[in-house]
Amino acid sequence: MADKPAQSDMADLPQARVAEKRRSMFSLVWIVPLLAVLIGVWLAWRAYSQTGPAFTIVFATAEGIEAGKTKIKYKSVDVGVVEAINLAPDQSRVVVHARMEKHAEGLLVADSHFWVVRPRVAGGNVEGLGTLISGSYVGMDVGIAKTEQREFIGLEDPPIVSRDVPGRHFVLKAESAASITVGSPVFFRRVKVGEVESFRLEHDGDGVRYRIFVQAPYDQYVTDHTRFWEASGIDIKLSATGLEVNTESLAAIAIGGIAFQTRQDAPATQPAGEDARFRLFARRDAALARAELSVVPMQMRFKESVRGLTVGAPVDFRGVTIGEVTNIRLDIPEDRSQLVMVVLVDIFPDRLQRGRIPTSKEDSKPFSEGAQLLVKNGVRAQLKTGSLLTGQLYVALDFYSGAKPAVVKWDARPPEFPTVPGTFVGVEENVMAISNKLAKVPFDAIGQDLRASLVTLNRTLDTVSRLATTMDRDVSQEIRKAIADMRQTLTGVDRNLEESAPLKQDVREAMREIARAAASLRHLTDYLEQHPEALIRGKPEEKP
Amino acid sequence: MSVPTAARLGFLSCHVCERVTRAVTGAAAPKCPRCGARLHSRKPSSVARTWALLIAAAILYVPANAQPVMITTSLFGTQRDTILSGVAYLWQSGSWPLATLVFVASVVVPLLKLLALGYLAASVHYRSRRNVLGRSRLFRVLEFVGRWSMLDVFVVMVLAALVKLQSLANIQAGPGAMWFGIVVVLTMLASMSFDPRLIWDSVGEDDGRQAGAI
Repeated sequence: MADKPAQSDMADLPQARVAEKRRSMFSLVWIVPLLAVLIGVWLAWRAYSQTGPAFTIVFATAEGIEAGKTKIKYKSVDVGVVEAINLAPDQSRVVVHARMEKHAEGLLVADSHFWVVRPRVAGGNVEGLGTLISGSYVGMDVGIAKTEQREFIGLEDPPIVSRDVPGRHFVLKAESAASITVGSPVFFRRVKVGEVESFRLEHDGDGVRYRIFVQAPYDQYVTDHTRFWEASGIDIKLSATGLEVNTESLAAIAIGGIAFQTRQDAPATQPAGEDARFRLFARRDAALARAELSVVPMQMRFKESVRGLTVGAPVDFRGVTIGEVTNIRLDIPEDRSQLVMVVLVDIFPDRLQRGRIPTSKEDSKPFSEGAQLLVKNGVRAQLKTGSLLTGQLYVALDFYSGAKPAVVKWDARPPEFPTVPGTFVGVEENVMAISNKLAKVPFDAIGQDLRASLVTLNRTLDTVSRLATTMDRDVSQEIRKAIADMRQTLTGVDRNLEESAPLKQDVREAMREIARAAASLRHLTDYLEQHPEALIRGKPEEKP
Repeated sequence: MSVPTAARLGFLSCHVCERVTRAVTGAAAPKCPRCGARLHSRKPSSVARTWALLIAAAILYVPANAQPVMITTSLFGTQRDTILSGVAYLWQSGSWPLATLVFVASVVVPLLKLLALGYLAASVHYRSRRNVLGRSRLFRVLEFVGRWSMLDVFVVMVLAALVKLQSLANIQAGPGAMWFGIVVVLTMLASMSFDPRLIWDSVGEDDGRQAGAI
């Protein structure tokens, strides 16, 4: 049943109609692989053209670097990627193979720097915090050289200042590192104008060398006459002028710093050149004190103690500091009679000269004449107490009218300036003399004698007391009687002397007679004086 | 006596209205008398199309694997993953079954599909009579498996749509995903344009039985 209709159907199946021949689809299909080829070629060409140069960076450690993931960034822009990390052949270092992107090819020049950016806290600021979560990356700083390079030595620490920041570097030499480290700020009039880039010991071990960077436009303030000093931490100084506390800023307290300034009386000059060298002074006053002043070393010989006198103490002329103590030592003179304290000082003669701008090279001749004149007029050096609180001494120059004549000994090395003993020392000597004399007084013996005398005195007083009692009892009665008798006598006398009493009459008569007798006697003597012969011849007859 | 097939008996079946007609000998382009659709006993230029699509797929297979399929941007940086790097990551992190699955679905299957289709097309081209039944089965497997090789692309698309946390995390489909998708589509088109009946056309009356028996 199934076959039969099929057979019959098959017999009268219609013929397929014939259509006109169409263009073959053959060529159209092949467009697809052609397109694929084009795409493939384009992709390959693009991949090839975007592949930048490969280069290597040598680091001490590959900490934080991951092959295939760690990026190389310049100004936070991806310019390359780390492809592989290998140990160096001697296994002491790590060689990082990296590839630059094509557009950043020109950045690979001879003095480009690479470093690994990790989170770090240094120089008072926190950097690379983003790398805490995003992972480290390799930072780069593009050099200015023209020659290309493909092998680099990586920096262990990132450079403080990127090379495209305008400004200048300077080299400072200090005696010791103090508290200044890489990243410490550089101040100009307490404004932060730069940073310490690096520091290292001198090759001969003689000091520390800092390299600092001062940003433009502040770098123009650094001239050949600029002085640098450490502005580190808190500078607490106990000196003849009392207690001084100096600090530049809070940051400088924590991480130290360097400050600079140009002396106001310095001659105007051009800004200092790149990598100009300067000395780094320990303190501000030390930096600004000397400048280009000429220095005359002198010695002063004192016989008293110099306890309280420190190196750096001022040499003061009526309040003006004209020098400072540089050294203190003992000296035994030729005759070995006693020890002498030798105080070496530096005198800045320019400060003594009026109205003159000091020149760099000052002849010491005028100074020596001036000093000689001053000494002739009585100027002497003396140790004085600057602060009673601290007992610090300083060297004071002043006029002393009563000083013995002296001269500056210019032939001594260094020249010796005459001195007088300190006032405080003079008082001390007097007090000592008095106390010595007092010590010689035999207070013990005196006391014993005094006690004996007092005992005797006591006895004497007892006797006197008894005597007085006796007298009071016996003598007073007698005296009373004598007084009564005396009163009787006086009453009698009084009666006799009354006006009308006969005694008084008689006396007055007698007195009158005596007066007459005296007159006649005077008459006689007068006559005898004129006529002494009358004594023999008698009175001549009066001639009529 | 050869095995009767529609083609050998001179019959054509309309692909649109299923009307069976007798072939016109010598006619270049027969048409269905009922609905007017073009009639052909085998898919026209099937092998050539298959080849063309296969070659295109094979070329694009290279960038599909070389370029990243997924770009993950997060706080921890940007990560560009190719299919193989993803597999390697899964393998290293211990997800071996998942790694195997991704590897098979995304690398092995497309590759096998390319090779298998190439083999089938070549065998048809050279009218091979060997292992006809096996080749038929192979084709059926290819058709079935082919659609699953888009797994990777699907995952990337879903992730890219889901993970859009701006700066925190962001997933983008890389160019590799596009090439990979094109490869999969091209291989599917290739397997569609391949006419499995061609496998059997070279088989004679006896061979067919033998082949079927084998």
